[in-house]
Amino acid sequence: MLLNDPEIPESPRRRIFAAAAVVVVLFAAILTRLWVLQIGQMESWRSLSENNRIRLERLPATRGLVLDRRGEPLVENRPAFDVQIVPEDTPDLAATLARLGDIIDGDLPDKAEFARAARRQPRHEPVPVRRDVDWDTVVRLEVLESELPGVRLATGPIRTYTRGSLGSHLLGYVGQVDPGTLERDHSYRMGDLVGKSGLERSFEEWLRGRPGAQQIEVDALGRRLRVISEKAPQPGRNLVLTIDGRLQAFAEQLLEGREGALVALDPRTGGVLALASAPGYDPNAFARGISSSDWKGLTGDVLQPLQNRTVQGQYPPGSTFKVVTAAAALEEGVVTPFTRIFCGGAWRFGNRSYRCWRPGGHGSVDMHDALVGSCDVYFYQVGHRLGIDTLAEYARRFGLGRLPEAGLDHEKAGLVPDTAWKKRRFNERWYPGETLSVAIGQGALLTTPIQMARVIGAIAGGALYRPHLVDRVESPGGETVDAFAPEIDTDLGLRPTTLHQLREALRDVVESPRGTGRNAHLPSVEVGGKTGTVQVFRMGQNRIKTADLPRHLRDHAWFVAFAPVEDPEIAIAVLIEHAGTGGGATAAPIARDLADFWFASTRGRDYQLAGTGGILSGTELVRAGAITAPPNAEG
Amino acid sequence: MRPIFDPRLLARFDVGLLLATLAITGIGSLTVYSATFDPVAGGSGFALRQIGFATIGLLAALGMTAFDYRKLERWAPLIYGLSVALLGAVLLVGQVGGGSRRWIGAGPLRLQPSETVKLALVVLLARYYHHRERPEGLRLRDLGWPILWTATPAALILVQPDLGTAGVLGLVAVSVTCMAGLSRGTLGIIGVGVAAFVPIAPILFGQLKTYQQKRILTFLDPESDPLGAGYHVIQSKIAIGSGGFLGKGYLSGTQTRLDFLPEQHTDFVFSVLSEEWGFVGAAVVVGLYLALILRGLVVVHRAKERFGTLLAFGVLANIFWQATINLGMITGLFPVVGITLPFVSYGGSSLVTLMLGVGLVLNVNMRRLSRERLPRL
Repeated sequence: MLLNDPEIPESPRRRIFAAAAVVVVLFAAILTRLWVLQIGQMESWRSLSENNRIRLERLPATRGLVLDRRGEPLVENRPAFDVQIVPEDTPDLAATLARLGDIIDGDLPDKAEFARAARRQPRHEPVPVRRDVDWDTVVRLEVLESELPGVRLATGPIRTYTRGSLGSHLLGYVGQVDPGTLERDHSYRMGDLVGKSGLERSFEEWLRGRPGAQQIEVDALGRRLRVISEKAPQPGRNLVLTIDGRLQAFAEQLLEGREGALVALDPRTGGVLALASAPGYDPNAFARGISSSDWKGLTGDVLQPLQNRTVQGQYPPGSTFKVVTAAAALEEGVVTPFTRIFCGGAWRFGNRSYRCWRPGGHGSVDMHDALVGSCDVYFYQVGHRLGIDTLAEYARRFGLGRLPEAGLDHEKAGLVPDTAWKKRRFNERWYPGETLSVAIGQGALLTTPIQMARVIGAIAGGALYRPHLVDRVESPGGETVDAFAPEIDTDLGLRPTTLHQLREALRDVVESPRGTGRNAHLPSVEVGGKTGTVQVFRMGQNRIKTADLPRHLRDHAWFVAFAPVEDPEIAIAVLIEHAGTGGGATAAPIARDLADFWFASTRGRDYQLAGTGGILSGTELVRAGAITAPPNAEG
Repeated sequence: MRPIFDPRLLARFDVGLLLATLAITGIGSLTVYSATFDPVAGGSGFALRQIGFATIGLLAALGMTAFDYRKLERWAPLIYGLSVALLGAVLLVGQVGGGSRRWIGAGPLRLQPSETVKLALVVLLARYYHHRERPEGLRLRDLGWPILWTATPAALILVQPDLGTAGVLGLVAVSVTCMAGLSRGTLGIIGVGVAAFVPIAPILFGQLKTYQQKRILTFLDPESDPLGAGYHVIQSKIAIGSGGFLGKGYLSGTQTRLDFLPEQHTDFVFSVLSEEWGFVGAAVVVGLYLALILRGLVVVHRAKERFGTLLAFGVLANIFWQATINLGMITGLFPVVGITLPFVSYGGSSLVTLMLGVGLVLNVNMRRLSRERLPRL
């Protein structure tokens, strides 16, 4: 209607003039300002732009420390000197690099490498060429400063892993930030150290801190004239781990000379007490910048020292899985604790004979006997009655087939096969015979050592906790910034009677003279556990002597344990790759020694050691620091 | 049948206004080229893309003159609603750039809805005030809707976080409202409100915890953090000041070449221009803005009705505030808030939206009333 009836509007004439006045006044102010800057003060600005430059220099933040549960440092920083070159201040880069090469031993980046590194940042920002030079080099560089335009020495902290390879896999290592991260996250600069693996990587945001900066005036040669202003860097936060440094050291000692993994955790919280993987490596090499030959040595090693076997190594669980099969069977009611099954050394199923590990058979066994003697025939039949999908459901309930989410990098989920998986993966139906293999922890089933530690911890404690390695994050001043509360993953949903029957049987695996885990016996603490021996090489009808098998085809040995049985404090999983002997012979003593050490260090002098059976002696313990000053001593 | 385009309209096409716009845009593209030029690696990608955006913008602006601007009145709520929805989407799925979420991606195109929402708000406010004309001026209760319409997108932009754009949005809304006219009573109440808040603010501020105060201070005045924005302003002033009267010459700015300037193709593009072209170049650009805006105010004055007046004025207010704040910021007059320079700074959403706005001003001018009175179209 208005559109159809245009009338001359009352023009807001006055307001338009006011607006024009505002525009003119403000633009005049800007022009005046430009006049002052560009004509009035031109000389001083031009001299700043030509002779002197204002630069912003970053002050790197000190990375947070990593402490064990007792507050002992596992990762620290020490001061180090880095050599840097400011491209803008170096008239002849090739000459400078050559001169620098005479002063510093070892290889420096060549011109092309340097140019590649320098291209990513403004020319007035320094490019690091060598980290952590020794004091002699520092002195020589200071003396020859005038011959080396653009070369600067910067002091910065360098990461030190206080006890060499201790906890190398869980702590991880740091390295120079990679180009991809630089692109994504502008708070990093070329040459910054970032966590590359382990906790260094997963807790990067806590550990890194925030860099500060200095606004400085420098002369044409890049020398500092004065500091205009400064913002102090904020140091990173410290991590306090659930790991016990001494237990960790002892765990690594136990694995020495073998390939394998050991996980100890507190079944009441999921807090990891020790997490060892062998062989290890020294993360200090990475802090300095690892040489390419060392790197090739580590990555090319067939024993894969960089792999953290506790969370990345996937192995069939062998007979240790029988605890899951047993739990499922009791809960689902396919057997009662009193159901007896006859084992004659093999069970004929379909057109194949499924053998028990004991050629003569176990005779008539119930659930308790079958766990204590690790009878395969019993579990074949139980597994068959359960069916694969029910069994898989219980396996997943125990945390198998999914990531443990312990906060480490490259954790593996393992594999729990079922009919859906078979269909997806191979587009084939599931054969009932395969269920029998899975019921005794073979077949396509894959688990990681930390997963098995959780399984046994869940049986021991009655609930499956999320594993964690970091107890709390502290500010540099020691105030708690964030604490990780124990987090129940699932409460398992098992009846108390089922748990009770399982614990009794697992105790007798160790404590009964017929038990396969007798070697894990401790004199003064009751231990529960389960052995496992994984066939790597499927033998035909003829059994081959282990000594005749090449190493990589020999059996893996497992042992999972918890103690004390009545009130569990520790759950342990041990895996030894290609041990050649069974879990009871190889892995059980390792679990025993670890538990022995733990109780010795937590219970103090009154604790009675395993004695001659164990490798520990009083002197050993004193040396390892377990009984000299036990801060957590309860006795 | 009605002619699609009345030839008499062409006679009222304000070529001067368009030329001023194109001149600033051309200078802008040249400066973007210089700001992103790397003597080693070369690279004219930014400049070429900017010229591409300018071309799209020009076509869009011409397209904007092809229909009667009053049709927009009807579409205003839809345009506004869509823009705000996009703005909300940015927070959910937006892409992060330079530390905040401002862009929304659709294949190779990235749209910055905070730019389009400014234009959408202007259209909506012009429509609202058009129907709310009072001889004595707007009453306080008339301002409820406009405040809501402005605050909603402003809040969404603030959390991105983009204080500068949110501020400009507010300034544009205030400008359009003032142009619509406030009653004496309303002005009085607002005056008293502001006057009352001034003494209360420090008291409220004192109630906050130290770290909260610090956060607010850095938010309002990033220059108080001497190592962040303060450094940028010093570098910008060195660039501008060392340019002198005639400048160091195109592609010869040392501050620019050595990457001392931050954001040199976006927020600080004028520092590059001032370093290389000196006071002369800077004054030419400021003069072009002045010409553009004053010419635009003539259109505002001549507009057929209130809707056209407010629409054209809103578009101009956006250009003016952005230019003033950006120039004030890089010359150290105002705190650094991260506002781009219209038509000059690199950025597609911004350039195309600004050009659309200029198209609307041209449109208002073409369909104005005059002594010979155009027949109804």
